[in-house]
Amino acid sequence: MLKTNKLSIMFGGLRAVSNLNLDIKKGQLVGLIGPNGAGKTTAFNLLTGVYQPTEGEVMFDGKNTRGLKPFQVTQLGMARTFQNIRLFANLTVLDNVKIAYHFHVKYSVAEAVFRLGRYFSEEAEIEEKAIELLKIFGLEGKKDELAKNLPYGEQRRLEIARALATKPKLLLLDEPAAGMNPQETHDLMNLIRWIRDKFDLTILLIEHDMGLVMGVCEHIYVLEYGSLIAEGTPEEIKQNPRVIEAYLGEEVS
Amino acid sequence: MDASSFLHQLVQQLINGISLGSIYALVALGYTMVYGIIKLINFAHGDIYMLGAYAGFFATTILKLSFLPALVFAMVVAAVAGIIIERLAYRPLRNAPRIAVLITAIGVSLLLEYGMMLFVTPQPRTFPAVFSATVYNFGGLIVNSQQVLILVTAVFLMVTLTYIVQKTMVGKAMRAVSYDMDAARLMGIDVDKVISYTFALGSALAAAAGVLVGVYYNSIDPLMGIMPGLKAFVAAVLGGIGILPGAMLGGVLLGVVEAMVSGFFSSTFRDAAAFAILIIILLFRPSGLLGKNIREKV
Amino acid sequence: MQALRKQDLLLLGLAVVFYAIVQGLLMADIIGPFWELNIVLVGINIILAASLNLINGFTGQFSIGHAGFMAVGAYVGAVMTVKFSLPFIVALAGGAVAAGILGFLIGLPTLRLSGDYLAIATLGLGEIIRITILNIPYVGGASGFMGIPRLADFTWVFFLTIFTLFFIKNLIRSSHGRACISIRENEIAAETMGIDTTRYKVLAFTIGASFAGLAGTLFSHYFYIAHPASFTFMRSFDILTMVVLGGLGSMTGAVTGAVLLTFISAALASYPEWRMVIYSISLIILMLYRPQGLLGDKEISLSIIKRLTGGDSRAEN
Repeated sequence: MLKTNKLSIMFGGLRAVSNLNLDIKKGQLVGLIGPNGAGKTTAFNLLTGVYQPTEGEVMFDGKNTRGLKPFQVTQLGMARTFQNIRLFANLTVLDNVKIAYHFHVKYSVAEAVFRLGRYFSEEAEIEEKAIELLKIFGLEGKKDELAKNLPYGEQRRLEIARALATKPKLLLLDEPAAGMNPQETHDLMNLIRWIRDKFDLTILLIEHDMGLVMGVCEHIYVLEYGSLIAEGTPEEIKQNPRVIEAYLGEEVS
Repeated sequence: MDASSFLHQLVQQLINGISLGSIYALVALGYTMVYGIIKLINFAHGDIYMLGAYAGFFATTILKLSFLPALVFAMVVAAVAGIIIERLAYRPLRNAPRIAVLITAIGVSLLLEYGMMLFVTPQPRTFPAVFSATVYNFGGLIVNSQQVLILVTAVFLMVTLTYIVQKTMVGKAMRAVSYDMDAARLMGIDVDKVISYTFALGSALAAAAGVLVGVYYNSIDPLMGIMPGLKAFVAAVLGGIGILPGAMLGGVLLGVVEAMVSGFFSSTFRDAAAFAILIIILLFRPSGLLGKNIREKV
Repeated sequence: MQALRKQDLLLLGLAVVFYAIVQGLLMADIIGPFWELNIVLVGINIILAASLNLINGFTGQFSIGHAGFMAVGAYVGAVMTVKFSLPFIVALAGGAVAAGILGFLIGLPTLRLSGDYLAIATLGLGEIIRITILNIPYVGGASGFMGIPRLADFTWVFFLTIFTLFFIKNLIRSSHGRACISIRENEIAAETMGIDTTRYKVLAFTIGASFAGLAGTLFSHYFYIAHPASFTFMRSFDILTMVVLGGLGSMTGAVTGAVLLTFISAALASYPEWRMVIYSISLIILMLYRPQGLLGDKEISLSIIKRLTGGDSRAEN
């Protein structure tokens, strides 16, 4: 599904990500962990086309994504969420999700303006699908509220719902549990597993909450200073001395 | 045009351009300082320059002051006007959307222009000759005393400003506020006071430019600030808005480009050239010549 | 969806009734030439404000060069009717298309800029357009293009205003419009949702520019003349002021702003020397009290009117 080959990026003289090799199989639920500043989010930005790599390449679903803009990468079937939530704050919950369907819309600008042809049927379809998604995330009751007025945990869920609306094959989650309480985190774990099965997804997630990562991920990559220091199953990672060293003092459980 | 006369023309236009450009630079400094601190495109700034010109005019005609006291008088009047405008029109909107403040600035600009007309009539006034105009001829290159005056005054004011901003407490506070207003407030800096200072300094510089222009062109009118104000803003953006040396560089560059276009092509295209150079530079350096391109963190 | 259609028909019906009343008053000479002129001007200003609102209010791209596109429409339309004796409707289309093409060509490189840098670049481009026209003797140069027949009247302006409003409203309430709005809300997130942000910025800019061109053609064919001095950046500021005063991102706000400012200006016409002073003071006061604009980003909609009049208060789209 996703394969990177010696992926690297330089910022000034700094190698923020260095020779990163990922190999993620279809249907896997994979974690990317590492201390603060290890380059995890930068890696996401490289995968999604926000940054262009200095060296190396990303193969997604058999295609090289070099030179593609973020929207083109999304259209290939890779969606993401952000560490610092980026919702369309002044729009309703429903509109947030509808926007994500946009590139699947077939009616033209002229059809929209003159309300012809596919406009009505497609709009009805978008609305129906968006509400369906919101139901899954328990947000259908809030569909007419502005995104900025949702509580934090719901904003995070909405962001995932919105990403799913692009109909991705691969979903990248950047710290989905950040700021959530243990109960919410637990529910999120179940939700992530459930959407993977339901939507037939491959998921790569960045997370600080070790409980969540060890609990849901089948395979884990560990980054430190931009380089991969370990990979393997949760069991293997827990016992890896380099990982323990990187997380000095922190219990890896 | 043969090579030597071309070269001669080039140098002559360079001289004209630098003196015109230092006027732009003085006005641009005020623009850039205010922008740097409250992110406002203060469209009324060009009218402060007009106000300064009139203050200088009345100081020389009615108060019979000589050039230097008249210049200081105009700068003080403009500084006070700047502080009052900021307090009445901009401060209440400190937390409002930026575009609301921008529209308010346009309103203030119109008010100054047409309010001035009520007092002084729309007719242009002849600025008295405070200096006997001497023309120096260096092997065919014409430099007149007004140009020297403009350049000397402008350089002096810019050096003074740089000193204030770099070395004094007020200057340090200004830089702190422009870097991070909230942090500056937490460090015990009186932000409102610093903003007042900024408006005062910027307005004083614009007034100086207004007086210099009055001396140079001998004519002032209530709408004289519109175009130079806009050009000065262009100059500030050209150099990288919010950056003091950028405003100076942008101002001089703009003056030189305009002089060259008037000298070699046609003065009707002068204003278009100013905007064209701006757009070309922005396309290659989206944050201006000295501006740093800050990428939004994702 | 059927409700949407019904709502549109209702609005259209109301517009026709409004038109019939005003046209009746005009024909009976109850509305004199002075107010007729100002009513026409309101229509033209609504087209300008609504189209700038598409760029600034909905797509979030800070443009202040609208007068330039208006000028292109005014002159291209005039050339078509005066020099080529083409029918007015062709000139209207020509003015809009010419301004749209220019908008596209300008938008493509400049929309990479953001915020205030985009603002000053568009302002500059507007001025470049004006100065270029000033230097074309074929269209009258600095003395303006004179002798344009008055082909526009209240009827033309009214129905083109309605057309513009429906066009922009329908665009905004479609997936394409939502794509534009998402850019305003968060450009990076929009891009991540698979939206070609450059394409939609340029689209909004092009459509906005063509409607400004349309307004320009109406303008020159109502006032007999196209003069470079009518299209300075002060005109762009005027349009921007209408949009911001009404409420950025509100269709009805743009209409309110255009109506209000045009009428304030008209009402003050008998005090020429005080006119701009009072105008500017009212502008400052309005902004100080309603910095988000009169309507914010809300719309006056039929449902609100119904609610106010005690009717059915179910929320509509």
